[in-house]
Amino acid sequence: MGLSPGHATPGPESRVLSGMSPNWMTTKLDFLVNWARTSSLWPMPFGTACCAIEFMATAASRFDLARFGMERMAFSPRQSDVLICAGRLPFKLAPVIRRIYDQMTQPKWVISMGACASTGGIFDNYAMVQGIDTVVPVDVYVPGCPPRPEGLLYGILLLHKKIRGETVVDGSLRQERPLDETGLRLPPDEVDELSEPFGNSIHQTRSA
Amino acid sequence: MNPSVDALRRVFGPRIGRALVSCGDTIVYVDAGRVAEALRWLKETPGQQYNYLVDVTAVEYRDPERPLEVVYELFSLDRRAALRVKAELSKDRLEIDSLVPLWAGANWLEREVYDMFGITFRGHPDLRRILMWETYAEGHPLRKDFPLRGRFSRAEQVRQALGANPEAHYSMDELSIAETYHELPEDMRERLARGERGVIPEPGRERGRE
Ligand code: SF4
Repeated sequence: MGLSPGHATPGPESRVLSGMSPNWMTTKLDFLVNWARTSSLWPMPFGTACCAIEFMATAASRFDLARFGMERMAFSPRQSDVLICAGRLPFKLAPVIRRIYDQMTQPKWVISMGACASTGGIFDNYAMVQGIDTVVPVDVYVPGCPPRPEGLLYGILLLHKKIRGETVVDGSLRQERPLDETGLRLPPDEVDELSEPFGNSIHQTRSA
Repeated sequence: MNPSVDALRRVFGPRIGRALVSCGDTIVYVDAGRVAEALRWLKETPGQQYNYLVDVTAVEYRDPERPLEVVYELFSLDRRAALRVKAELSKDRLEIDSLVPLWAGANWLEREVYDMFGITFRGHPDLRRILMWETYAEGHPLRKDFPLRGRFSRAEQVRQALGANPEAHYSMDELSIAETYHELPEDMRERLARGERGVIPEPGRERGRE
């Protein structure tokens, strides 16, 4: 592997052995794999609402996602690593995001961007999924309505941290878990519980 | 008050109900059975020429005694005049004539009113839900008796939503591939022909058309 000392910081995990050719170094496989994965996370943007605008701002020059190896927006699920759901998810889009998630190849991660994607947000109504974690597994939740670009970047860095803690030996991390025979990802009572209103929204008066 | 109201009264007599001005807009109530006829007259009569149907929508009031109203926003591009026509429907007979023969643009507007209020438009060529998916079984969301969070549990809602077939949200016409239909791969033809009927593990309770 051509990691010379000049490139990517060789942390305590890896070192160049003195007396050997500088074109060689030893490292842990996990470190190397995770370094590669964190450094080129290709996002699959799933922008459904206002949060998507802030996502675009994050990708544009001022905040510049490319600094984190996310230069390329992969609008094909087959060539992407992280699904970023930016915006509220209506029930009508639930099978779509599930299909996209299923089409993504392992390894894959999901960031839920914003209050709506994470919990249903202000849309506690008949049309909206109350948190995309009832439909696909989520790795990082970014709060905010919408989160500022800094917030999303922090979420991405948290995901980097999470990936750096993974190990290639643990196959369960990469296991596909399709919908079970009830047609859901989670047991029904868990979905109901995740969808319960909380915070301010339980005190609101509602018609009917 | 828009002079078209008096003109309407001369032609349709007692079929024209009360008329009022609200925020500068004239609103006229027309008998639900004659509304298509009155709108055709407003569209085609020289001097009226309301040739643009801006919107079709409906209102249900909280007072359960009050009928539902179907609202038509008309605008005359030539005369720069606007008129709002309303028709009242009693809650046990939510039916009215479709305007698609008059304005092709009424198609999706009426589908939306059907989807949200459950009003049937007689003579509509393709009266399907448009905002909610076709297998949506909880009723018509903008009706006052519809609970804000829907009728089913959240788990059931997620289950039914995930059972829908995302490809089939579009009809063949919408995809403009009707002509090339026979050249499509077998499985895609099958999906399109099936329409929006997704595969739901167990048949949901049908409450669509109450
Ligand atoms: S969290 Fe706020 S900004 Fe984001 S989709 Fe919801 S309403 Fe829009």
